[in-house]
Amino acid sequence: MLTTKRTAGVALAIALLSGTTALAETRTLSYYADYDPNPLAAMEALIAEFEAANPDIDVVLQNFDHEGYKTAIRNFLTTDAPDLANWYAGNRMAPFVDAGQFMDVTDAWDANGLNESLASAAASMTMDGKKWGIPYTYYQWGVYFNKDAYAAAGANVPANYDEFVANCELFKAAGIDCLTTGTSALWPGAGIFDYMNLRTNGYEFHNALTSGEIAWTDDRVRATFANWAKIVPYITADHAAIDWQDAAALMSQGKAANYVMGNFAVATFKDGGMTNDNLGFMAFPEIDASIPRAEEAPTDTIHIPAGAKNVEDAKTFLAFIASADAQTKLNAALGQLPINAGSTVGDDPYIQAGFELLSTTPGGIAQFFDRDAPAEMAKLGMEGFQEFMVLPENLDAILERLEAARERIYK
Amino acid sequence: MSMTHADRQSRTWWQRNQQTLTPWLFLAPGLLMFAVYVVWPIFSSFQLSFYDYDGLSTKEYIGTANYSELWGDRAFKTSLYNNVIWLVLYMLAVPLGLMIAIFLNQTVRGIRIYKSLFFFPFVISQVVVGLMFAWFYAPNFGLLYKVIEFFTGKGIAILASPTYATYGIIAAGLWPQIAYVMILYLTGLNNVSPDQVEAARLDGAKGFKMLWYVILPQLRPATFIAVVVTVIGALRSFDLVSIMTNGGPFGSTRVLSYYMYEQALSEYGFRMGYGAAIAVVLFGIMMVFISGFVWKMIRDERGMS
Repeated sequence: MLTTKRTAGVALAIALLSGTTALAETRTLSYYADYDPNPLAAMEALIAEFEAANPDIDVVLQNFDHEGYKTAIRNFLTTDAPDLANWYAGNRMAPFVDAGQFMDVTDAWDANGLNESLASAAASMTMDGKKWGIPYTYYQWGVYFNKDAYAAAGANVPANYDEFVANCELFKAAGIDCLTTGTSALWPGAGIFDYMNLRTNGYEFHNALTSGEIAWTDDRVRATFANWAKIVPYITADHAAIDWQDAAALMSQGKAANYVMGNFAVATFKDGGMTNDNLGFMAFPEIDASIPRAEEAPTDTIHIPAGAKNVEDAKTFLAFIASADAQTKLNAALGQLPINAGSTVGDDPYIQAGFELLSTTPGGIAQFFDRDAPAEMAKLGMEGFQEFMVLPENLDAILERLEAARERIYK
Repeated sequence: MSMTHADRQSRTWWQRNQQTLTPWLFLAPGLLMFAVYVVWPIFSSFQLSFYDYDGLSTKEYIGTANYSELWGDRAFKTSLYNNVIWLVLYMLAVPLGLMIAIFLNQTVRGIRIYKSLFFFPFVISQVVVGLMFAWFYAPNFGLLYKVIEFFTGKGIAILASPTYATYGIIAAGLWPQIAYVMILYLTGLNNVSPDQVEAARLDGAKGFKMLWYVILPQLRPATFIAVVVTVIGALRSFDLVSIMTNGGPFGSTRVLSYYMYEQALSEYGFRMGYGAAIAVVLFGIMMVFISGFVWKMIRDERGMS
């Protein structure tokens, strides 16, 4: 904050001193973000590159703690808006779009050919027929598994869900948890639900359900839970009390075989001693062959707040970040996937697998339950999923509760 | 006598009113702080509880809709019910603290060390207490889990069970609370009159009768404070819930203060009006106890003077 003001003051002083000399006039572009150390360094390098190409623009990056940012953004958007701010795609940006806190950047998309180059994320950036920001990274979800555990139980990598369920018996006999998860923070359970639902009912249904168009008591939702129920007895007991990292440790130690997770977990698996040799990755197995395969890939984005002072330069910066080259560099540091179709990905096998998985997805790319559904519905839904995995017999009560919530929340 | 009239004239307004004004001047900073940081937020919460507000959009007046929603909200009922369990079980800190205080109220070598060891849990932060107990209960490696597994063959993960989790958190909360009550009673015991104890002993009182009829009546001020801090501690039980379970599994360990935070300020919340309505209910419950305490204090003061 202080740096922003000081730099702005310096810029003003220079502008005043130099009078009509346009050359010395630097315009400040303030940018609030929530990067971890590695991506932050990559972003700073990109900013330096951008400033070299645009000497009259001075980008002032203010980095926040990841969790603190989620609360901070609500304050700074209304009180002291920067020119650029990080956020997420899908319904996660809906409250800000609805409240008129984000600026429509459709023209930046049209002017820079982003409708083609960022096509894979275009749908999740569109609300009311307009684009509200620029996506810069996403990562795949899927099933990570321990090849040693498969070997120990004598199981083969499953080709479909029936085989996956059949494997669970083998794992049980070997004293290994077939599927592990840690739902202390709730969201890992939503990953399992999303895949059960995407494989049972498909992408369109996922979107309709998360936008409140389908009753939770619908038979198709019950079908999703019926498929899920087949593996509930084989999921790590006490998952409600453990964090996702603790569950990752169980898999690293060979006490669990499979884990439905996002690609960010690879680092945690490797910290736990796994290597490219025994850490496997596969798409969530097929349940119904007639449903086109859809995947989950939560997308991170940059937006221009409605209160931005330097909109023109902000759009220039967005166009720069959307470019193939910038996305390649940034995502190499993030260890994630670039959105721009012209970007290249690193040679990490899991990144490669994710790129392959997402670029061949016929069904569509979902964000994640808690990004596609409104916050309140997401919270109640994830509690319901956790309860279902602990007490599957409560299913009817859970669904009726969620249905009552749906009728209230989406009115 | 002769100087009074002229003198009174010459005294300034300040000199004349000094006696009445001084207390108010001393009180002013405190009163100002209290008004700005306590009284005003209370009224503004009351006001906010009649609105639908997400912190971004414009506030929308919805009358008592937040309260009628609370009435049918299962999570609210769970929180309220858990608050009652907290209040009841937290009261165990009072007799347990008294027991330990009496036990420690003796003069043996090194008693100060024992006293400080018993007081230790109150000194460490609630966050640390929560973390320690979370590990104590943790599935697969927690000490309690291992002990239960050793005796029964199957461990119980306290914090994963909707039935036991709340009790697990209360047990963690009792640990420092007992130490707090103990220290209150230890100071109280210092003031117990030895004459009365002596006299009672001559009359043949001992054991439980001595405690009940002679010691406890003299400890009444300490008991009063112990009950007050325990009730308040139980009602504002937030940190342990937040550290140990985040209200889970599936919301079964929520208490009102945590639910208020979840609805108003957490990642999936930002329903400011609804959170404020929960705060108002919690305020109402606290008011019942606080007015009770204040009423008792006033009565005692009147009785003495």
